[in-house]
Amino acid sequence: MDAVPPVSIAESLVQAQLPKLTARRCNVFYGAKQALFDVDIDILPNQITAFIGPSGCGKSTFLRCFNRMNDTIDICRVSGDLRLDGEDIYSRDIDVVQLRARIGMVFQKPNPFPKSIAENVAYGPKIHGLVSSKSEIEAIIQTSLEKAGLWNEVKDRLQEPGTGLSGGQQQRLCIARAIAVSPEVILMDEPCSALDPIATAKIEELMDELRQHYTLIIVTHSMQQAARVSQKTAFFHLGKLIEYGDTEQIFTAPKDEKTQGYITGRFG
Amino acid sequence: MAPEHIVKSFDDELRHLHLVIARMGGLAEEQLANALSSITEQDSSLALRTIEADAKVDDLEREADAQVIRLLALRQPVANDLRQILAALKIAAGIERIADYAKNVAKRAVSLNELPAVQPVYSIPRIGRAAIAMLKDVLDAYNANDAGKAMEVWNRDETLDDLYTSLFREVLTYMMEDARNITPCTHLLFIAKNLERIGDHCTNIAENVYFLVTGHQPGGERPKGGKDVLNVVAPVKQTPH
Repeated sequence: MDAVPPVSIAESLVQAQLPKLTARRCNVFYGAKQALFDVDIDILPNQITAFIGPSGCGKSTFLRCFNRMNDTIDICRVSGDLRLDGEDIYSRDIDVVQLRARIGMVFQKPNPFPKSIAENVAYGPKIHGLVSSKSEIEAIIQTSLEKAGLWNEVKDRLQEPGTGLSGGQQQRLCIARAIAVSPEVILMDEPCSALDPIATAKIEELMDELRQHYTLIIVTHSMQQAARVSQKTAFFHLGKLIEYGDTEQIFTAPKDEKTQGYITGRFG
Repeated sequence: MAPEHIVKSFDDELRHLHLVIARMGGLAEEQLANALSSITEQDSSLALRTIEADAKVDDLEREADAQVIRLLALRQPVANDLRQILAALKIAAGIERIADYAKNVAKRAVSLNELPAVQPVYSIPRIGRAAIAMLKDVLDAYNANDAGKAMEVWNRDETLDDLYTSLFREVLTYMMEDARNITPCTHLLFIAKNLERIGDHCTNIAENVYFLVTGHQPGGERPKGGKDVLNVVAPVKQTPH
């Protein structure tokens, strides 16, 4: 008989919670080429879910389905049922701009606007009409930068260009920019691949803090990073979701041979 | 064996670790057999050689430890690689203890061979054979990545425990019969205890093999011999006349 690990009250509450995001039979095509095959997944709230897999396995494609970033690619077609809090993401009634405010995104290469640090953060709230007074804008700039762990480093130079920051600071500025519009989900596509280990550690620490308030999904090529930061790990291979489970289980006793082969460096 | 890693040197290092454990196991088996022969053949020079040979096992354990530390630090192993490395660390420690017990048996053999033989000595080979068989089978299970065979050894420890308890009882009888038997019989008791402990370490190794192969600890209670030595030496209630 297998021993049942003790479950804390907090954990059982999380388990009882409804998934934040769901996908059923998600298929994605680039022209005639199919990139994703019948992916089913439930993403739990206030957790970090890592998508891992070799290049071209479809993990980034799948990530981008959730905030309809694939809409921007002409030849890309998405089918299946994707929901945020039970609401159909691909429904005609959905305002894609609103959707992307609720599901923010951070990219591989830090991409601050060529504007000041303050304007980078204030831009989203302004265009979404979330703020009106100057004091409200200042408050949102400060809290967003604080949550992104950047406030103390930039508070005396908010009017300087965001592009003048170091790579790690720029990435945290992009996270602050995503947070400023009060998203529910933050998608991160290789957020640390351009950063040094110290900047990476700061982002990882930040992610752990952010999960108190947000649901995070990270696509990463670093298996060690997936193991360090996530609670759930999904392994993709050739457009299919091969295995999805607790990160601890995936990295100690994966059920699928392909998962094992990939995370132990036996095929790539 | 699992398919090879993309980085071949990782496989070389894992194979090397496996080889060190296999060599340790081979030596421990040989030393246990020699320790037992030194009793049955009354061969004290074999006993002395067996005592000396223990240092080789200790050296190999240090080599296994160093290899494990290197692999953990430099390869960040996960999944079956991680389990293989952790199991190797624990199995090496188990084999080292088994070899120590073999050395202890050999030490007792030297003393025992200087004393007149007592009857219970003829029960030692039976316990010895059971211990050697467990060790051999659990090492085979490790080499073959065979969780089923490991569990078979795990369940077999009961037999060794029962043999030990029955020898314990027999030895006590001889001690009570004639006080001159006490010295050789005490040596026999310790020898039997060492063999019984070897069985316990074999079951630990079996658990590690099971974990290494399946990713889970074996569940449930291991069967225990019904007759515990504690019952054998429990004070007899005096009934008033």
